[in-house]
Amino acid sequence: MIRMKETKRTRSLITFFLSALIVLLTLWLLQRLLVPKYAADVVEGALVAEYYQEENKDFDVIFVGDCEVYENFSPVTLWEEYGIHSYIRGSAQQYIWQSYYLLEDTLRYHTPQVVIFNVQSMQFSQAQNEAYNRMTLEGMEWSGSKVKSILASMTEEEQFLDYVFPILRYHTRWSELTGDDVRYLFQSRPVSHNGYYMRVDVKPAENVPGGQILADYSFGERAWDYLERMVQLCQAHDIQLILIKAPSLYPYWYPEWEAQIEDFARERDLPYLNFLELTEETGIDYSTDTYDAGLHMNLSGAEKLSDYMGKILREEYGVPDRRGDPQLDRIWADNLAAYEAEQQAQYECYGMTPQQEGG
Amino acid sequence: MEELLNILSELHPDVDFTCQEGLVDDAILDSMDIVSLIAAIKDVYDVSITARDIVPEHFNSAAALYRLIQRLADED
Amino acid sequence: MLFTSYEFLGFLVVLFILYYALPSRAQWPLLLAASYLFYGCADPSYLLYILATTGTTYGAARFIQKNADRQRAYLKAHKQALSREEQQAYKARQKAIRRRWLVGGLLIGLGNLAVVKYTNFVISNLNGILSALGQGEPLSFVTLAMPMGISFYTFQAVGYLVDVYRGTVTAEKNPFRVALFLAFFPQLVQGPISRYGELSQTLYAPHPFSARRVARGLQRMLWGYFKKLVIADRLLPAILVLTGDSAAYSGAYVLVGMFFYTVNLYADFTGGIDITIGIAEAMGITLPENFHRPYFSKSLKEYWRRWHMTMSFWFRDYVFYPVSTSSFMWKLTKFCRSRLGSQVGRRVPVYLSSFLVWLATGVWHGASWNFIVWGLGNFAILMISEELEPLYARFHRRFYVDGALWYKVFQVGRTFLLVSALKLFDCYACVGETFRAFGSIFTAGNWHIFWDGSLLGLGLTLTDYGVLAASTLLVVCVSLAQRAGSVRDAIHSRPYPVRFALWYALFLAVLLMGAYGIGYDASQFIYNRF
Repeated sequence: MIRMKETKRTRSLITFFLSALIVLLTLWLLQRLLVPKYAADVVEGALVAEYYQEENKDFDVIFVGDCEVYENFSPVTLWEEYGIHSYIRGSAQQYIWQSYYLLEDTLRYHTPQVVIFNVQSMQFSQAQNEAYNRMTLEGMEWSGSKVKSILASMTEEEQFLDYVFPILRYHTRWSELTGDDVRYLFQSRPVSHNGYYMRVDVKPAENVPGGQILADYSFGERAWDYLERMVQLCQAHDIQLILIKAPSLYPYWYPEWEAQIEDFARERDLPYLNFLELTEETGIDYSTDTYDAGLHMNLSGAEKLSDYMGKILREEYGVPDRRGDPQLDRIWADNLAAYEAEQQAQYECYGMTPQQEGG
Repeated sequence: MEELLNILSELHPDVDFTCQEGLVDDAILDSMDIVSLIAAIKDVYDVSITARDIVPEHFNSAAALYRLIQRLADED
Repeated sequence: MLFTSYEFLGFLVVLFILYYALPSRAQWPLLLAASYLFYGCADPSYLLYILATTGTTYGAARFIQKNADRQRAYLKAHKQALSREEQQAYKARQKAIRRRWLVGGLLIGLGNLAVVKYTNFVISNLNGILSALGQGEPLSFVTLAMPMGISFYTFQAVGYLVDVYRGTVTAEKNPFRVALFLAFFPQLVQGPISRYGELSQTLYAPHPFSARRVARGLQRMLWGYFKKLVIADRLLPAILVLTGDSAAYSGAYVLVGMFFYTVNLYADFTGGIDITIGIAEAMGITLPENFHRPYFSKSLKEYWRRWHMTMSFWFRDYVFYPVSTSSFMWKLTKFCRSRLGSQVGRRVPVYLSSFLVWLATGVWHGASWNFIVWGLGNFAILMISEELEPLYARFHRRFYVDGALWYKVFQVGRTFLLVSALKLFDCYACVGETFRAFGSIFTAGNWHIFWDGSLLGLGLTLTDYGVLAASTLLVVCVSLAQRAGSVRDAIHSRPYPVRFALWYALFLAVLLMGAYGIGYDASQFIYNRF
């Protein structure tokens, strides 16, 4: 009698766990299927996650910021020219608190010698768009930094639970699934070169619109707060923080903004490079070095900027030349091959010949 | 009892009220019927059925209703 | 906390765990705490209103009960000493006292409701009159928070008080139990309107854990969420488009909107009630059913016995019967009979009380003329069909249609159309607009919208229409299956893999096809407003 009861109990326990297993497994698969893969289009969404795949995360230079870093600097150039081991932790419309928490996240793996932050995102004190939040936050691995970043970023309509279980956010995508959602179900494809998003095509900058008149030019309190925290985080880890403003002509960089950043940099004794004012030094030519009429650099522009930046990093901050390290040499040889392959593919795609590069 | 059955048949000539046990539960009598019924009972028996006594148990069969009428007549 | 919010689901998980982890005598106090937390989360000021209603209801009921107890004891002790007349006189005196407590309690409860719900409606009508008379300054509106669910708990309070007065229930001695009866969170938002005599049987009883019962409750909730999220909320944007601009969307669009709204209201309201009853069921508490497959009714009269049942029964038991059997009504009946003949006299109590009930039902649904006209429209149709009853009967006998399936289908279809048309008053901003919209169905002649793709311009995609059609069909099939008894029991009798697959499929349907999250407004349950 007792035995029968026991077998019954065991059986119902087995049934329960088996059912739970089926539920969890199918839900996990469904979630994998439904989340956007960012592999074929809107690849910007895949940038943040790619960092974790890196074999050697002991980078000496880390870039954080929005498209003005991940489209404007090429770590491959920095390696080729200077042997600088660097990575760009950029993402589309990355807000400053997201940059801060991405930096915090990066410090879990290693401490770089230099961190370069692009100040364009100082203009925002509130997240503007849920889709951009998603692209920056989803790729992060779970950590306290990710939780804090989500909480700092959520717009009013967003829910934290939607980040924990993305299926809740993307449940309606079943009607728009494509072959890519199956192809990249478990494994994404690399879309960047150490965080650099490559474009080789050219669209000269003409008739760049000026800035609209703003009611208030002072940066928000929240943006300042996170900039301050970023400064302190770098100090605490003995990291040299460099502020930059990329040479993007648009969105418009107001002189009033420039003044505030200059004041701050002077007060904190931080280097600040405004590439908008350094076009002669860098050699940026807006008729050939941008692919979208001045918003972002193309490959040619990015390589010029990297060349210039590398020189400063080496000469002023003594960032070491790590060529000769067998592991790094091997890694970068692979990176370079992928870089050149994509370059080639893009030239073909846009119907250009390599000779047209830069010209 | 005879008079009560007469009143009921006047409301629904097609129903045999002597054998029905679920006048309310089977929705043979609706609330409007019940109000007409109560008015007629007051006419014939001079008994006032108030809202507190309008529950299905009292109206499900002619016999139950008759018992209610008798009880109320006694109380007065 | 909306029923469809993550917060609410989290709240339920914590509550369910505590409910079965705590000793069973702590179960109902836990529910009281949870209910006040739930209500306070909506707006702390709401608690004041419900506390006021709870206090007066509890107090008045206790006084009535004490008086009734005293009367019984007194009469028992003095049975020999008092003559029958003296006893009657004593009873009448005591009854008058109890009546005063009843009226006092009702006035405070209903007065509370009336002030928050109707003050601005009265002001706007007064302003209309004033401006028609060309008199001075319009009165300014007042800002009063209309506490969520006040209509529902006030009605429960009134029912409880009247039941105590009638002696059908004994007044509760513990004020906290009364507080829970009025504030029990699943039904606080949109009903059903419970009776104390029924709910108290399970509300305060200890409920040991039962996997079967919890599963049944969750299954019912899931079905409710399916109707609410997959059907109702998905339809809502189109309804807002269609009724938001009645000039642009006239004619055939009105017909589309009418059917959309009828389906939406059904899915929204019955879904919400399924969730409510399911939550209670999972905790061992039985709430009254509020719907009985209403759209299968064969007449409007039958519809009102099957739709929002707890409300119509409330009006029947606490308004219709008391008014129609009151001594005033009796005098009026006699008067009319002597002056206008027995045919008229016979009709007086029914007609007058029905009129009052439908006026009250309309006003209860909302402080606007739309609802009043809607209520009186129901009244008119009910009375006309009552008068036509003999004609119908003759027709049925003459053509032998009674009981024929096609005739039943015809009757169901006719009632459905009637009910849908009446619901139009819900949709438009004012009475005139509703009539204009309805009239345009017959005059606009824009039937081409059904095939020229215009329906895709209402905010619903082809996928949406597909999901809606499939899920509405499922609801219809389940309703048909329910005629043979509980569908949940039928599923339960299947082997485990089958029922697991069925319920999991329903869960996935809600998860994947539900209209929730970014891009969908967290739409309130429609009946929250009442």
